[in-house]
Amino acid sequence: MDKLDILAKTENLDTVIDFVNEHLEGVECPMKIQMQIDVAVEEIFVNIANYAYGTGEGPATVRINVDNQNKIVDITFIDNGVPYDPLAKEDPDITLSAQERQIGGLGIFMVKKSMDDVTYEYRDGHNILTLKKGLKG
Amino acid sequence: MTVNKITNKGKTTLQVEGRVDTVTAPELEKAVNAAAEDTDTLVLDCEKLVYISSAGLRVLLSTHKLMTKKKGTFELINIGDDIMEIFSITGFAQILNIK
Repeated sequence: MDKLDILAKTENLDTVIDFVNEHLEGVECPMKIQMQIDVAVEEIFVNIANYAYGTGEGPATVRINVDNQNKIVDITFIDNGVPYDPLAKEDPDITLSAQERQIGGLGIFMVKKSMDDVTYEYRDGHNILTLKKGLKG
Repeated sequence: MTVNKITNKGKTTLQVEGRVDTVTAPELEKAVNAAAEDTDTLVLDCEKLVYISSAGLRVLLSTHKLMTKKKGTFELINIGDDIMEIFSITGFAQILNIK
């Protein structure tokens, strides 16, 4: 297990993505899965950066655990911001035409679709969101 | 991310290279908006696009709407399998003009 403590700001996205990719590059992770994980990490981190602390700013912790034997990665995001469960948001209707399509909620929808498991809990003043993904192609 | 612009007989092709994410999507938006002003046929060449998140999808959708409104066309070409998968799960494969 390794962790990164960082200010939840969009400018720090590259640092978070690099941190995650460093761990994925140590195992044989297909590029397609690495991209899905990067997208999920981006959507969750940017969500925290944009909404957790209102107009102010605050910290986020990213924890990663790569189970090399079972080829599974767990990534957990923790912040002290306002309680917010992104998974509670209604999925967008992806059957609508281009003119009718709204873009809201698409990021979280992509996370739900591409990860094997996503869980959220609010505990002791923290938002805790965990992504789980198998690394076999 | 970099965007390279090629204009040929009224058709404008933008070659996008690298990662389109929350940080870089505004640059892509600026490039497509500028190109859309001067052409009715806009092509986005995605051969060297290696990554796209919802911020990038937002730009593609707004460009598609913009070009439809001005009765032009917006086409995406050379989409790799990994990017195509993202278009598929989000329903973008059905609404964008992919060649």
